[in-house]
Amino acid sequence: MSEIRDDGFDDWLDAAEEGAAYSLECPDGHGSLPPRQVCPECGSTELARQQLPESGTIETFTVTHVPTPSFEDDAPYATAIADFGPVRLTGQVAGIDLESIENGLEVEIAVTVSETTGERVLTFEPV
Amino acid sequence: MSEVRVAGVGLTPFGNVPERTSRDLFGQASIEAFEQSGVARSDVDGVLYGNFMGELSEHQGHQGPLMAEAAGVQAPATRYESACASSGVAVADAVKRIRNGEDDVLLVGGAERMTNLGTAGATEALAIAADDLWEVRAGTTFPGAYALMAQAYFETYGGEHADLAHIAVKNHDNALENEKAQYQRAIEVDDVLEAPQVSSPLGLYDSCPISDGAAALVLTSESYAEEHGLEAPVAITGTGQGGDRMALHDREYLARSPAAREAGEAAYADAGIDANDVDFAEVHDCFTIAEVLAIEALDLESIGEGVTAARDGRTTADGETPINLSGGLKAKGHPVGATGASQIAEVTSLLANEHANSDAVSDATTALAHNAGGTVASATVHVLEVVE
Ligand SMILES: [Zn+2]
Repeated sequence: MSEIRDDGFDDWLDAAEEGAAYSLECPDGHGSLPPRQVCPECGSTELARQQLPESGTIETFTVTHVPTPSFEDDAPYATAIADFGPVRLTGQVAGIDLESIENGLEVEIAVTVSETTGERVLTFEPV
Repeated sequence: MSEVRVAGVGLTPFGNVPERTSRDLFGQASIEAFEQSGVARSDVDGVLYGNFMGELSEHQGHQGPLMAEAAGVQAPATRYESACASSGVAVADAVKRIRNGEDDVLLVGGAERMTNLGTAGATEALAIAADDLWEVRAGTTFPGAYALMAQAYFETYGGEHADLAHIAVKNHDNALENEKAQYQRAIEVDDVLEAPQVSSPLGLYDSCPISDGAAALVLTSESYAEEHGLEAPVAITGTGQGGDRMALHDREYLARSPAAREAGEAAYADAGIDANDVDFAEVHDCFTIAEVLAIEALDLESIGEGVTAARDGRTTADGETPINLSGGLKAKGHPVGATGASQIAEVTSLLANEHANSDAVSDATTALAHNAGGTVASATVHVLEVVE
């Protein structure tokens, strides 16, 4: 991976590491994720940061056994989509046995690093 | 509105030929398409070529002119990239160009070289169809994304892995006599259920293979076909394209494909038909669950009921609406950039009674081809009908 940061995305991970993950919100209340100039729902260019709730809920998950090379040493690992209100997020699930993950599980956002690459990974941990 | 005739179709065998370049494969498919069409290469007005991962697998950009050259065609050429829907999108644009009178003859198709990347490399290449920042960097793979949809489907509507297994079994059965198919062998439900897991709940036999191959179509205007006395009884009578948010987590539904519904509704309206008129369909079954989402989005099954369609025999070769008589992506193979055009080729051959499985649909007049990109952020649907 390049050493050049991705504006917006890496800023978001920085904030998440501080426990201050956010979504972007337009005046009509549509949530989205950075980097973003325009609301994907309505085209508004007035996007403001909105603190995400402390916890979200897993809506679906999978345990991946055949990874990309970037996660070779991490497999098997769980990935989930969790609902945080204004936005859903995709993240890996840590701090729980893979067999114990289920829909409805309440999770909070964490940032871990890949065992394969050392890159930061958006992660969910049980509350 | 002027019909768009499918004058000729060509497919390489799909499979595992890592040493063959995509220009070589596409050249071969184009020969078959031109021979069948009776159209002179010098009459071609343009080339529309689908390819997804050529930069990664062959270090090759700017593939349009390369592929025109490979087909022996001297005409302007454009490469289309919409992940696994690349050549479906190329077909959609070709239909519009012929209909609006701009062009009379187009060479449309696609190719993909994948197996030279190996499993890990191909897995990495396929993953770039997802949102790199918000999905891939969290570890999402292509099978993983469909696994998230499968798990969400089971949670929302019910169904179980054994239901999906019947889809794989059906599509392998359909491929038995298709000499272009990668897997011409039957499998059992237990083979699917006992296969190694790729991304739960999906296993190896829920997944399409990694494939090399090419597809080519010679499409002409109705007037060109008549003036040149072409034998081209099948026409594309409806076209539709749909779109959605890129990342699965940004969609309203995790277990539906609104982009395919949008494409299907547009194609039905364009052709002046509805789902009840469809005799059979080729749909984009990159994973078993994808066939379920496709037939529901196309109104061939009600929402939440598509999962049992294969198990209950509604979509088998002898069922009411056979799905993926070619073997589908699952058994015929999925050389990504070739897939959308290959579906048009299979439907055309089936309708023209020139396919190994035509007997299953000998009275059919109307069929669909549904092609999808990523987790269906892109979709095309085409209606094909026997018009002569
Ligand atoms: Zn908005």
